[in-house]
Amino acid sequence: MSRNSKTIRVDYLARVEGEGALYVKVRENKVADVKLKIFEPPRFFEAFLRGRSFTEAPDITARICGICPIAYQMSSCHAMEDVCGVKVDGQLRALRRLIYCGEWIESHVLHVAMLHAPDFLGYESAIHMAKDHSDLVKKALKLKKIGNDLVTFLGGREIHPINVRVGGFYKVPTKRELQGLVEDLKWARDASYDLALWTGTLEFPDFEQDYEFVALRHPDEYPFNEGRLVSTKGLDIAIREYEEYFVEEHVEHSNALHSVLRRRDLPPQSPSLKGRGSTPPSLGEGLGERSGNYFVGPLARYNINFDKLPRSVQKAAKDAGLGPVCKNPFQSIIVRSVETLYACEEALRIISEYEMPERPSVEVHPRAGVGCGCTEAPRGILYHRYRIDDQGTILDAKIVPPTSQNQKTIESDLWHFVPKNINLSKDQLTWKCEQAIRNYDPCISCATHFLKIEIERE
Amino acid sequence: MPKKPKVAVWKFASCDGCQLSLLDCEDELLAVAGAIEIANFPEASRAVIKGPYDISLVEGSVTTPHDAERIQEVRRVSKFLITIGACATAGGIQALRNFKDVKEFISIVYAKPEYISTLEKSTPIAEHVRVDFELRGCPVNKYQLVEVINAFLNGRKPNTPTYSVCVECKRRGTPCVMVAHGTPCLGPVTQAGCGAICPAYHRGCYGCFGPKETPNTSSLSAWWRRLGVKEQDLVRAFRGFNAYAEPFRKESEAYEQKQ
Repeated sequence: MSRNSKTIRVDYLARVEGEGALYVKVRENKVADVKLKIFEPPRFFEAFLRGRSFTEAPDITARICGICPIAYQMSSCHAMEDVCGVKVDGQLRALRRLIYCGEWIESHVLHVAMLHAPDFLGYESAIHMAKDHSDLVKKALKLKKIGNDLVTFLGGREIHPINVRVGGFYKVPTKRELQGLVEDLKWARDASYDLALWTGTLEFPDFEQDYEFVALRHPDEYPFNEGRLVSTKGLDIAIREYEEYFVEEHVEHSNALHSVLRRRDLPPQSPSLKGRGSTPPSLGEGLGERSGNYFVGPLARYNINFDKLPRSVQKAAKDAGLGPVCKNPFQSIIVRSVETLYACEEALRIISEYEMPERPSVEVHPRAGVGCGCTEAPRGILYHRYRIDDQGTILDAKIVPPTSQNQKTIESDLWHFVPKNINLSKDQLTWKCEQAIRNYDPCISCATHFLKIEIERE
Repeated sequence: MPKKPKVAVWKFASCDGCQLSLLDCEDELLAVAGAIEIANFPEASRAVIKGPYDISLVEGSVTTPHDAERIQEVRRVSKFLITIGACATAGGIQALRNFKDVKEFISIVYAKPEYISTLEKSTPIAEHVRVDFELRGCPVNKYQLVEVINAFLNGRKPNTPTYSVCVECKRRGTPCVMVAHGTPCLGPVTQAGCGAICPAYHRGCYGCFGPKETPNTSSLSAWWRRLGVKEQDLVRAFRGFNAYAEPFRKESEAYEQKQ
């Protein structure tokens, strides 16, 4: 092997959720190949959802991911309510936002402090980091716990909460009970502001690409559960149009299904998915130039919805060194902290305006049809579509999690990031590549049910 | 100073939630990390220390030929092997494939079935290797997890009850949802450990801690029928996150045949 050639191989990516591996081949100082491999075993959720009751989807799909179960519960509930023609609003809608705030706090702080920060400071893990940065880690753990406490209070437990149902909740809290969370949340608000400032002091590589960011956008608020799907390059569609624009593409080099966004300047090639009850277009074979990768998650939400953040949160972003647009994926650590602050403020606002609803849920009667839901999981948009019959039995399910949507962008980042850092030692470059992947907080457990698995055996 | 015991965490087919429970021990994490050497925990650290390990925590079920080999290796390097959660202990929700033809499942989800390497069944770890302790739950209870680690480090038996969720309801002062509201509940046949959360939130237990010791599933099913539950819904109820645990599997199969 010549001096200018090297192979970076990370057989088991650490500090991501799930099992993935990285393979980068460098030849003559040029990147010859990048593969983000997924070897997480398939679990076939979409298959065994068939034949289950529509009311079971929130509990079953939560088990796709232990880190963001609320996201799965929310997207599935909204999809089922869409089929059945039910709208959940008022205080029940507010409570859904509130429990989502808890999930954003716990998931974001887990990633910021325990999974991502060690990269910036050169530690193997947060536990190693805690030896020198004890206060930071302790404060982050307390902040994370407040997020978990919020999910536990409303959901019954932090992982796979039991209180969410199609139509609302099984039990709703009294106004007084909710007040009990206020003191902690005020502390969390201040702590997340400090965390944002701290992340702003980290050293960031000068790296950005011409990304297409995609997130929900709602007229009145920073998005959790509802809105239109909007991109920074002109996409603006209803959730139910998702499958007309987003296609799962079969990419030869990785044997993985990557989600791609069709180019809108070209006429559609596959039959479109207009109206309910039609089947989605087949896998985007041969889309090639006709489609591109896109970017979902905190950075996308921030860039698309900065104007919907309260002034105080905008100011915090500024104090941490961010403008209204941030295209450097390494700075996602700041954006996650800013979103954590937003989640604390939003939780406090919801609690201050809360009145206990008369009933914990809206009655939902099954009716035959197709419905979809898309909500903002901590890692980005999570799309669910179900077809059910008039008894409420699920006939067909489709789930597209954020990580499978970001996978192609992650690989694209590495193609561009490696050449800029080609002179680093192999160990340093390997670590930098891992960090570049962790910018996306990838959740491979989520992505796997929808990805082609390549298992190599010798 | 005596050497700290080495603990490793291994993942098989799962959602990551049970190992996340360790990181969710916010108050205990640094103390636990001080008492043990976290030798292999990829979700939290890129540092890997070679085995053998004093304790291996295993999350997830065996679903691929590769994993069937890997669990043998994990057993070989582990003094104590503890399974955490419903996947590792009963096959998990993905064991629903065990009741169907897995080839059909593959073709529903994947366009090119020939690329997928998977086993016919999703099986618990104990079907493959000797297991020293099985901790139940979907997810596990993090306090029970700390208790189990603590017990093994100190050479004593873990204090985790095998009685039913009903006992926890009584202790918590929750009125019986089945008696008071006619809400079908799996609590009478489900092992305690969660703290009887569901009834406290006005819903029936859905069995995520798996069957209790000597459960009377057929009697409970008869009660459910009296509450107006259809046979197909009984099959679904027992066919949840612990579908492949024997008492639940037998009960769901009995009602499937009646349909």
